Amino acid sequence: MGIGAATYWILAKELRTELRTRELLHTTVVFVLLVVVLFSFTFEPTREESRRYGPGLLWLALLFAGSLMLQPAFIREQNNDTLSALRLAPIASLAIFLGKALASFVFLTVAELFLLPIFAALYGVAILPVLGEILVVLALGTLGMVTTGTVFAAIGVQARMRELLLPLLLLPLLVPVLIASVSATASLLALEPSMDWTAMKFLIGFDVIYLAASALLFEFLLED
Amino acid sequence: MHRNGSFRFELSGTLAVAALMGVAGYAVFFLAPTERTMGEIQRIFYFHVASAWTAFLAFFIVFVANLNYLMRRRPVWDQLAVAAAEVGIAFCTVVLLTGPIWAKPVWGIWWTWDARLTSTFVLWLLYVGYLLLRSLVEDPGRRAVTSAVFGIFAFLDVPIVYMSIRWWRTQHPEPVIAGGEGSGLDPTMWRVLLVCLMAMVALLVLLLRQRFRLEQLRGKLEELRLHIGAKPTPRF
Repeated sequence: MGIGAATYWILAKELRTELRTRELLHTTVVFVLLVVVLFSFTFEPTREESRRYGPGLLWLALLFAGSLMLQPAFIREQNNDTLSALRLAPIASLAIFLGKALASFVFLTVAELFLLPIFAALYGVAILPVLGEILVVLALGTLGMVTTGTVFAAIGVQARMRELLLPLLLLPLLVPVLIASVSATASLLALEPSMDWTAMKFLIGFDVIYLAASALLFEFLLED
Repeated sequence: MHRNGSFRFELSGTLAVAALMGVAGYAVFFLAPTERTMGEIQRIFYFHVASAWTAFLAFFIVFVANLNYLMRRRPVWDQLAVAAAEVGIAFCTVVLLTGPIWAKPVWGIWWTWDARLTSTFVLWLLYVGYLLLRSLVEDPGRRAVTSAVFGIFAFLDVPIVYMSIRWWRTQHPEPVIAGGEGSGLDPTMWRVLLVCLMAMVALLVLLLRQRFRLEQLRGKLEELRLHIGAKPTPRF
Protein backbone atom coordinates (compact mmCIF):
# COMPACT_ATOMS: atom_id res chain seq x y z
CA MET A 1 0.00 0.00 0.00
CA GLY A 2 1.30 3.45 -0.85
CA ILE A 3 1.91 6.01 1.85
CA GLY A 4 -1.03 8.12 0.73
CA ALA A 5 -3.52 5.28 0.89
CA ALA A 6 -2.16 3.98 4.18
CA THR A 7 -2.33 7.47 5.70
CA TYR A 8 -5.91 7.75 4.53
CA TRP A 9 -6.89 4.46 6.16
CA ILE A 10 -5.18 5.29 9.45
CA LEU A 11 -6.88 8.69 9.47
CA ALA A 12 -10.24 7.09 8.67
CA LYS A 13 -9.75 4.57 11.47
CA GLU A 14 -8.89 7.33 13.96
CA LEU A 15 -11.91 9.40 13.01
CA ARG A 16 -14.21 6.38 13.11
CA THR A 17 -13.06 5.32 16.60
CA GLU A 18 -13.41 8.86 17.85
CA LEU A 19 -16.85 9.39 16.35
CA ARG A 20 -18.14 6.27 18.10
CA THR A 21 -17.64 7.79 21.55
CA ARG A 22 -16.59 11.41 20.88
CA GLU A 23 -14.72 11.25 24.20
CA LEU A 24 -11.74 13.28 23.05
CA LEU A 25 -13.80 15.93 21.27
CA HIS A 26 -16.15 16.44 24.19
CA THR A 27 -13.44 16.68 26.83
CA THR A 28 -11.31 19.00 24.70
CA VAL A 29 -14.16 21.39 23.92
CA VAL A 30 -15.26 21.56 27.55
CA PHE A 31 -11.67 22.03 28.64
CA VAL A 32 -10.94 24.99 26.35
CA LEU A 33 -14.22 26.63 27.35
CA LEU A 34 -13.32 26.21 30.98
CA VAL A 35 -9.88 27.75 30.50
CA VAL A 36 -11.30 30.74 28.62
CA VAL A 37 -13.84 31.38 31.37
CA LEU A 38 -11.29 30.93 34.15
CA PHE A 39 -8.93 33.39 32.49
CA SER A 40 -11.56 36.10 32.62
CA PHE A 41 -11.35 35.98 36.44
CA THR A 42 -7.65 36.82 36.40
CA PHE A 43 -8.16 40.26 34.89
CA GLU A 44 -10.97 42.67 34.08
CA PRO A 45 -11.88 41.87 30.48
CA THR A 46 -12.53 45.38 29.24
CA ARG A 47 -12.21 46.03 25.49
CA GLU A 48 -8.71 47.42 25.84
CA GLU A 49 -7.45 44.55 28.01
CA SER A 50 -9.12 41.91 25.89
CA ARG A 51 -7.21 43.15 22.92
CA ARG A 52 -3.96 42.97 24.88
CA TYR A 53 -4.37 39.61 26.61
CA GLY A 54 -6.97 37.90 24.43
CA PRO A 55 -4.64 36.37 21.83
CA GLY A 56 -2.33 35.08 24.53
CA LEU A 57 -5.02 33.35 26.52
CA LEU A 58 -6.61 31.93 23.37
CA TRP A 59 -3.33 30.26 22.47
CA LEU A 60 -2.58 29.14 26.01
CA ALA A 61 -5.98 27.44 26.12
CA LEU A 62 -5.27 25.70 22.82
CA LEU A 63 -1.77 24.71 23.88
CA PHE A 64 -3.00 23.16 27.13
CA ALA A 65 -5.82 21.42 25.30
CA GLY A 66 -3.40 20.04 22.73
CA SER A 67 -0.98 18.78 25.34
CA LEU A 68 -3.83 16.97 27.10
CA MET A 69 -5.67 15.48 24.14
CA LEU A 70 -2.74 14.09 22.16
CA GLN A 71 -1.81 11.36 24.59
CA PRO A 72 -5.13 9.43 24.78
CA ALA A 73 -4.98 8.60 21.07
CA PHE A 74 -1.93 6.45 21.79
CA ILE A 75 -3.04 5.11 25.15
CA ARG A 76 -6.16 3.81 23.45
CA GLU A 77 -3.96 1.84 21.05
CA GLN A 78 -1.95 0.42 23.88
CA ASN A 79 -4.92 -0.57 26.04
CA ASN A 80 -6.41 -2.61 23.22
CA ASP A 81 -2.98 -3.80 22.10
CA THR A 82 -3.68 -2.48 18.64
CA LEU A 83 -0.34 -0.70 18.57
CA SER A 84 1.35 -4.07 17.91
CA ALA A 85 -1.10 -4.65 15.07
CA LEU A 86 -0.22 -1.26 13.60
CA ARG A 87 3.46 -2.08 13.93
CA LEU A 88 3.00 -5.38 12.14
CA ALA A 89 0.93 -3.89 9.34
CA PRO A 90 2.85 -3.80 6.05
CA ILE A 91 2.73 0.01 5.82
CA ALA A 92 5.35 2.71 6.24
CA SER A 93 5.66 4.08 9.78
CA LEU A 94 5.44 7.52 8.18
CA ALA A 95 1.82 6.72 7.27
CA ILE A 96 1.03 5.87 10.91
CA PHE A 97 2.56 9.17 11.99
CA LEU A 98 0.74 11.19 9.31
CA GLY A 99 -2.60 9.50 9.94
CA LYS A 100 -2.41 10.05 13.69
CA ALA A 101 -1.19 13.63 13.37
CA LEU A 102 -3.89 14.48 10.82
CA ALA A 103 -6.57 13.01 13.06
CA SER A 104 -5.37 15.13 16.00
CA PHE A 105 -5.26 18.11 13.65
CA VAL A 106 -8.92 17.53 12.76
CA PHE A 107 -9.96 17.16 16.42
CA LEU A 108 -8.13 20.28 17.54
CA THR A 109 -9.48 22.27 14.60
CA VAL A 110 -13.02 21.26 15.50
CA ALA A 111 -12.41 22.42 19.06
CA GLU A 112 -10.97 25.71 17.74
CA LEU A 113 -13.92 26.35 15.45
CA PHE A 114 -16.19 25.81 18.40
CA LEU A 115 -14.14 28.04 20.68
CA LEU A 116 -13.58 30.96 18.30
CA PRO A 117 -17.12 32.49 18.25
CA ILE A 118 -17.51 32.01 21.99
CA PHE A 119 -14.14 33.62 22.61
CA ALA A 120 -15.07 36.54 20.35
CA ALA A 121 -18.37 37.06 22.15
CA LEU A 122 -17.01 36.72 25.69
CA TYR A 123 -14.05 39.01 25.16
CA GLY A 124 -15.65 41.41 22.72
CA VAL A 125 -13.13 41.08 19.89
CA ALA A 126 -14.18 41.43 16.28
CA ILE A 127 -13.11 38.22 14.58
CA LEU A 128 -15.35 38.18 11.50
CA PRO A 129 -13.45 40.82 9.43
CA VAL A 130 -10.20 38.82 9.71
CA LEU A 131 -11.69 35.32 9.94
CA GLY A 132 -9.77 33.89 6.98
CA GLU A 133 -6.42 35.12 8.24
CA ILE A 134 -7.13 33.89 11.77
CA LEU A 135 -7.96 30.45 10.44
CA VAL A 136 -4.63 30.33 8.59
CA VAL A 137 -2.75 31.28 11.78
CA LEU A 138 -4.72 28.68 13.74
CA ALA A 139 -3.96 26.01 11.14
CA LEU A 140 -0.21 26.76 11.13
CA GLY A 141 0.03 26.82 14.92
CA THR A 142 -2.05 23.67 15.29
CA LEU A 143 0.09 21.88 12.71
CA GLY A 144 3.19 22.60 14.79
CA MET A 145 1.41 21.38 17.90
CA VAL A 146 0.17 18.08 16.48
CA THR A 147 3.45 17.29 14.67
CA THR A 148 5.61 17.47 17.78
CA GLY A 149 2.76 16.29 19.99
CA THR A 150 2.21 13.07 18.06
CA VAL A 151 5.89 12.17 18.29
CA PHE A 152 5.94 12.96 22.00
CA ALA A 153 2.77 10.96 22.55
CA ALA A 154 4.52 7.99 20.96
CA ILE A 155 7.36 8.62 23.43
CA GLY A 156 5.04 9.13 26.37
CA VAL A 157 3.11 5.92 25.79
CA GLN A 158 6.29 4.00 26.66
CA ALA A 159 6.76 5.78 29.99
CA ARG A 160 5.13 5.79 33.39
CA MET A 161 2.98 8.80 34.41
CA ARG A 162 2.45 9.45 30.71
CA GLU A 163 -0.54 11.80 31.09
CA LEU A 164 1.61 14.12 33.17
CA LEU A 165 4.74 13.66 31.13
CA LEU A 166 3.45 14.88 27.76
CA PRO A 167 2.75 18.51 28.80
CA LEU A 168 6.12 18.68 30.55
CA LEU A 169 7.94 17.63 27.40
CA LEU A 170 5.75 19.41 24.89
CA LEU A 171 5.09 22.83 26.38
CA PRO A 172 8.70 24.08 26.56
CA LEU A 173 9.28 22.87 23.02
CA LEU A 174 6.25 24.82 21.80
CA VAL A 175 7.40 28.16 23.25
CA PRO A 176 8.30 29.46 19.75
CA VAL A 177 4.89 28.42 18.36
CA LEU A 178 3.17 30.19 21.23
CA ILE A 179 5.15 33.39 20.74
CA ALA A 180 4.72 33.54 16.96
CA SER A 181 1.03 32.57 16.98
CA VAL A 182 0.19 35.07 19.69
CA SER A 183 2.01 37.81 17.80
CA ALA A 184 0.21 36.99 14.55
CA THR A 185 -3.19 36.79 16.27
CA ALA A 186 -2.57 40.01 18.18
CA SER A 187 -1.78 42.00 15.04
CA LEU A 188 -4.92 40.62 13.39
CA LEU A 189 -7.11 41.63 16.34
CA ALA A 190 -5.51 45.07 16.72
CA LEU A 191 -7.48 48.24 16.05
CA GLU A 192 -5.89 48.38 12.61
CA PRO A 193 -5.61 44.73 11.63
CA SER A 194 -2.44 43.71 9.86
CA MET A 195 -0.73 40.48 8.92
CA ASP A 196 2.45 39.66 10.82
CA TRP A 197 4.33 38.04 7.93
CA THR A 198 7.44 37.38 10.00
CA ALA A 199 5.34 35.30 12.38
CA MET A 200 3.69 33.44 9.51
CA LYS A 201 7.02 32.58 7.91
CA PHE A 202 8.35 31.60 11.31
CA LEU A 203 5.43 29.24 11.93
CA ILE A 204 5.85 27.69 8.49
CA GLY A 205 9.56 27.23 9.23
CA PHE A 206 8.81 25.56 12.56
CA ASP A 207 6.24 23.25 10.95
CA VAL A 208 8.59 22.25 8.13
CA ILE A 209 11.56 21.59 10.44
CA TYR A 210 9.57 19.43 12.84
CA LEU A 211 7.61 17.64 10.12
CA ALA A 212 10.93 16.63 8.58
CA ALA A 213 12.42 15.61 11.94
CA SER A 214 9.29 13.63 12.82
CA ALA A 215 9.23 11.87 9.46
CA LEU A 216 12.85 10.83 10.01
CA LEU A 217 12.63 9.83 13.66
CA PHE A 218 9.10 8.47 14.19
CA GLU A 219 9.91 4.97 13.02
CA PHE A 220 12.43 4.52 15.85
CA LEU A 221 9.62 4.94 18.36
CA LEU A 222 7.54 2.10 16.91
CA GLU A 223 10.23 -0.55 17.26
CA ASP A 224 9.57 -3.31 19.69
CA MET B 1 42.98 -4.17 36.55
CA HIS B 2 45.42 -1.32 37.08
CA ARG B 3 43.61 -0.10 40.15
CA ASN B 4 46.42 1.88 41.61
CA GLY B 5 47.60 3.47 38.38
CA SER B 6 44.09 4.48 37.43
CA PHE B 7 43.49 5.96 40.88
CA ARG B 8 46.68 8.00 40.63
CA PHE B 9 45.62 9.19 37.17
CA GLU B 10 42.19 10.22 38.46
CA LEU B 11 43.71 12.01 41.43
CA SER B 12 46.22 13.97 39.39
CA GLY B 13 43.54 14.88 36.86
CA THR B 14 41.26 16.17 39.60
CA LEU B 15 44.08 18.13 41.20
CA ALA B 16 45.02 19.64 37.84
CA VAL B 17 41.45 20.83 37.28
CA ALA B 18 41.31 22.23 40.82
CA ALA B 19 44.58 24.09 40.21
CA LEU B 20 43.27 25.46 36.92
CA MET B 21 40.15 26.67 38.73
CA GLY B 22 42.37 28.40 41.27
CA VAL B 23 44.30 30.13 38.51
CA ALA B 24 41.05 31.22 36.89
CA GLY B 25 39.80 32.60 40.20
CA TYR B 26 43.04 34.49 40.73
CA ALA B 27 42.89 35.91 37.21
CA VAL B 28 39.28 37.04 37.67
CA PHE B 29 39.88 38.81 40.97
CA PHE B 30 43.40 40.16 40.60
CA LEU B 31 44.38 40.35 36.93
CA ALA B 32 41.18 41.44 35.22
CA PRO B 33 40.66 45.22 35.22
CA THR B 34 37.65 46.62 37.08
CA GLU B 35 34.87 47.54 34.69
CA ARG B 36 34.22 51.26 34.50
CA THR B 37 30.46 51.51 35.05
CA MET B 38 29.54 48.24 36.74
CA GLY B 39 32.46 47.96 39.12
CA GLU B 40 33.48 44.82 40.97
CA ILE B 41 30.25 42.94 40.33
CA GLN B 42 31.16 42.69 36.65
CA ARG B 43 33.79 40.06 37.60
CA ILE B 44 30.96 37.52 37.79
CA PHE B 45 30.83 37.85 34.01
CA TYR B 46 33.84 35.52 33.59
CA PHE B 47 32.19 32.61 35.39
CA HIS B 48 28.77 33.42 33.99
CA VAL B 49 29.79 33.45 30.33
CA ALA B 50 32.28 30.58 30.64
CA SER B 51 29.59 28.41 32.29
CA ALA B 52 27.10 29.31 29.56
CA TRP B 53 29.46 28.28 26.77
CA THR B 54 30.38 25.10 28.63
CA ALA B 55 26.69 24.24 29.09
CA PHE B 56 26.10 24.70 25.36
CA LEU B 57 29.08 22.45 24.65
CA ALA B 58 27.61 19.80 26.97
CA PHE B 59 24.21 19.97 25.27
CA PHE B 60 25.89 19.71 21.90
CA ILE B 61 27.58 16.53 23.14
CA VAL B 62 24.12 15.23 24.15
CA PHE B 63 22.85 15.91 20.64
CA VAL B 64 25.79 14.17 18.94
CA ALA B 65 25.47 11.20 21.31
CA ASN B 66 21.71 10.99 20.63
CA LEU B 67 22.27 10.91 16.87
CA ASN B 68 25.00 8.31 17.22
CA TYR B 69 22.84 6.13 19.44
CA LEU B 70 19.99 6.08 16.92
CA MET B 71 22.38 5.21 14.10
CA ARG B 72 24.69 2.74 15.82
CA ARG B 73 22.71 1.43 18.80
CA ARG B 74 25.74 1.11 21.07
CA PRO B 75 24.86 1.67 24.77
CA VAL B 76 27.95 3.87 25.23
CA TRP B 77 26.28 6.65 23.25
CA ASP B 78 23.28 6.56 25.53
CA GLN B 79 25.54 6.59 28.57
CA LEU B 80 27.47 9.55 27.18
CA ALA B 81 24.23 11.38 26.43
CA VAL B 82 22.82 11.13 29.94
CA ALA B 83 26.18 12.04 31.49
CA ALA B 84 26.50 15.14 29.30
CA ALA B 85 22.87 16.13 29.92
CA GLU B 86 23.28 16.03 33.69
CA VAL B 87 26.55 17.93 33.70
CA GLY B 88 25.13 20.41 31.18
CA ILE B 89 22.16 21.09 33.45
CA ALA B 90 24.58 21.74 36.31
CA PHE B 91 26.44 24.36 34.26
CA CYS B 92 23.17 25.80 32.99
CA THR B 93 21.99 26.15 36.59
CA VAL B 94 25.16 28.09 37.39
CA VAL B 95 24.34 30.43 34.50
CA LEU B 96 20.76 30.93 35.70
CA LEU B 97 21.95 31.65 39.26
CA THR B 98 24.89 33.93 38.49
CA GLY B 99 22.76 35.90 35.99
CA PRO B 100 20.32 37.37 38.54
CA ILE B 101 23.15 37.98 41.04
CA TRP B 102 24.82 40.10 38.38
CA ALA B 103 21.58 41.67 37.12
CA LYS B 104 20.26 42.89 40.48
CA PRO B 105 22.93 45.52 41.20
CA VAL B 106 23.43 46.47 37.53
CA TRP B 107 19.89 46.54 36.10
CA GLY B 108 18.11 46.88 39.44
CA ILE B 109 16.05 43.74 38.83
CA TRP B 110 16.67 40.03 39.33
CA TRP B 111 15.19 38.93 36.07
CA THR B 112 14.02 40.33 32.76
CA TRP B 113 12.27 38.36 30.03
CA ASP B 114 14.91 39.06 27.42
CA ALA B 115 15.98 36.69 24.68
CA ARG B 116 19.05 35.15 26.23
CA LEU B 117 17.67 34.80 29.75
CA THR B 118 14.41 33.32 28.60
CA SER B 119 15.88 30.96 26.05
CA THR B 120 18.44 29.72 28.60
CA PHE B 121 15.57 29.06 30.98
CA VAL B 122 13.62 27.16 28.31
CA LEU B 123 16.78 25.24 27.45
CA TRP B 124 17.15 24.25 31.09
CA LEU B 125 13.50 23.13 31.21
CA LEU B 126 13.93 21.04 28.06
CA TYR B 127 16.90 19.12 29.43
CA VAL B 128 15.27 18.65 32.82
CA GLY B 129 12.43 17.13 30.80
CA TYR B 130 14.98 14.89 29.13
CA LEU B 131 16.15 13.54 32.49
CA LEU B 132 12.57 13.26 33.72
CA LEU B 133 11.63 11.20 30.69
CA ARG B 134 14.58 8.90 31.31
CA SER B 135 13.54 8.33 34.90
CA LEU B 136 10.07 7.30 33.77
CA VAL B 137 10.96 4.67 31.14
CA GLU B 138 11.82 1.30 32.65
CA ASP B 139 13.24 -0.72 29.78
CA PRO B 140 16.85 0.34 29.01
CA GLY B 141 16.48 -0.02 25.23
CA ARG B 142 13.27 2.00 25.09
CA ARG B 143 14.67 4.56 27.48
CA ALA B 144 17.64 5.08 25.19
CA VAL B 145 15.58 5.37 21.99
CA THR B 146 12.81 7.61 23.34
CA SER B 147 15.22 9.95 25.10
CA ALA B 148 17.44 10.12 22.01
CA VAL B 149 14.49 11.23 19.86
CA PHE B 150 13.43 13.76 22.47
CA GLY B 151 17.00 15.01 22.82
CA ILE B 152 17.23 15.69 19.09
CA PHE B 153 13.89 17.52 19.11
CA ALA B 154 15.00 19.58 22.10
CA PHE B 155 18.33 20.54 20.54
CA LEU B 156 16.64 21.64 17.29
CA ASP B 157 14.38 23.86 19.37
CA VAL B 158 17.16 25.88 21.00
CA PRO B 159 17.97 28.24 18.09
CA ILE B 160 14.25 28.51 17.24
CA VAL B 161 13.36 29.56 20.78
CA TYR B 162 16.19 32.08 20.79
CA MET B 163 15.12 33.65 17.49
CA SER B 164 11.45 33.76 18.42
CA ILE B 165 12.17 35.60 21.65
CA ARG B 166 14.71 37.87 20.04
CA TRP B 167 12.32 38.93 17.29
CA TRP B 168 9.20 39.45 19.34
CA ARG B 169 10.19 40.17 22.87
CA THR B 170 13.37 42.20 22.67
CA GLN B 171 14.43 44.61 25.34
CA HIS B 172 17.80 43.07 26.07
CA PRO B 173 21.27 44.65 26.08
CA GLU B 174 23.21 44.48 22.84
CA PRO B 175 25.57 41.53 22.68
CA VAL B 176 29.01 42.64 23.81
CA ILE B 177 30.97 39.78 22.28
CA ALA B 178 30.62 39.43 18.52
CA GLY B 179 27.98 42.16 18.61
CA GLY B 180 27.66 45.08 16.27
CA GLU B 181 29.76 48.23 15.98
CA GLY B 182 31.04 49.74 19.20
CA SER B 183 30.92 46.47 21.07
CA GLY B 184 34.08 44.80 22.21
CA LEU B 185 36.00 43.48 25.12
CA ASP B 186 39.23 44.75 26.64
CA PRO B 187 42.14 42.43 25.62
CA THR B 188 42.98 41.56 29.25
CA MET B 189 39.34 40.75 29.91
CA TRP B 190 39.39 38.49 26.87
CA ARG B 191 42.42 36.60 28.18
CA VAL B 192 40.87 36.16 31.62
CA LEU B 193 37.67 34.94 30.01
CA LEU B 194 39.62 32.38 27.99
CA VAL B 195 41.38 31.11 31.14
CA CYS B 196 37.99 30.78 32.83
CA LEU B 197 36.59 28.99 29.83
CA MET B 198 39.52 26.55 29.84
CA ALA B 199 38.97 25.86 33.54
CA MET B 200 35.24 25.28 33.01
CA VAL B 201 35.75 22.98 30.05
CA ALA B 202 38.35 21.03 32.06
CA LEU B 203 35.80 20.71 34.85
CA LEU B 204 33.24 19.55 32.29
CA VAL B 205 35.60 16.84 31.05
CA LEU B 206 36.34 15.71 34.59
CA LEU B 207 32.68 15.53 35.64
CA LEU B 208 31.63 13.99 32.36
CA ARG B 209 34.21 11.21 32.71
CA GLN B 210 33.10 10.37 36.23
CA ARG B 211 29.41 10.48 35.39
CA PHE B 212 29.96 8.42 32.24
CA ARG B 213 31.80 5.71 34.15
CA LEU B 214 29.11 5.64 36.81
CA GLU B 215 26.50 5.17 34.08
CA GLN B 216 28.55 2.34 32.57
CA LEU B 217 28.73 0.60 35.94
CA ARG B 218 24.99 1.05 36.36
CA GLY B 219 24.44 -0.50 32.95
CA LYS B 220 26.58 -3.48 33.89
CA LEU B 221 24.79 -3.85 37.22
CA GLU B 222 21.44 -3.78 35.49
CA GLU B 223 22.58 -6.44 33.04
CA LEU B 224 23.81 -8.68 35.86
CA ARG B 225 20.60 -8.26 37.81
CA LEU B 226 18.52 -9.11 34.78
CA HIS B 227 20.81 -12.10 34.23
CA ILE B 228 20.10 -13.56 37.67
CA GLY B 229 16.42 -12.67 37.34
CA ALA B 230 16.30 -9.91 39.95
CA LYS B 231 14.11 -6.85 39.59
CA PRO B 232 15.80 -3.96 37.79
CA THR B 233 17.28 -1.30 40.04
CA PRO B 234 15.09 1.77 40.45
CA ARG B 235 16.56 4.74 38.61
CA PHE B 236 16.84 8.37 39.50
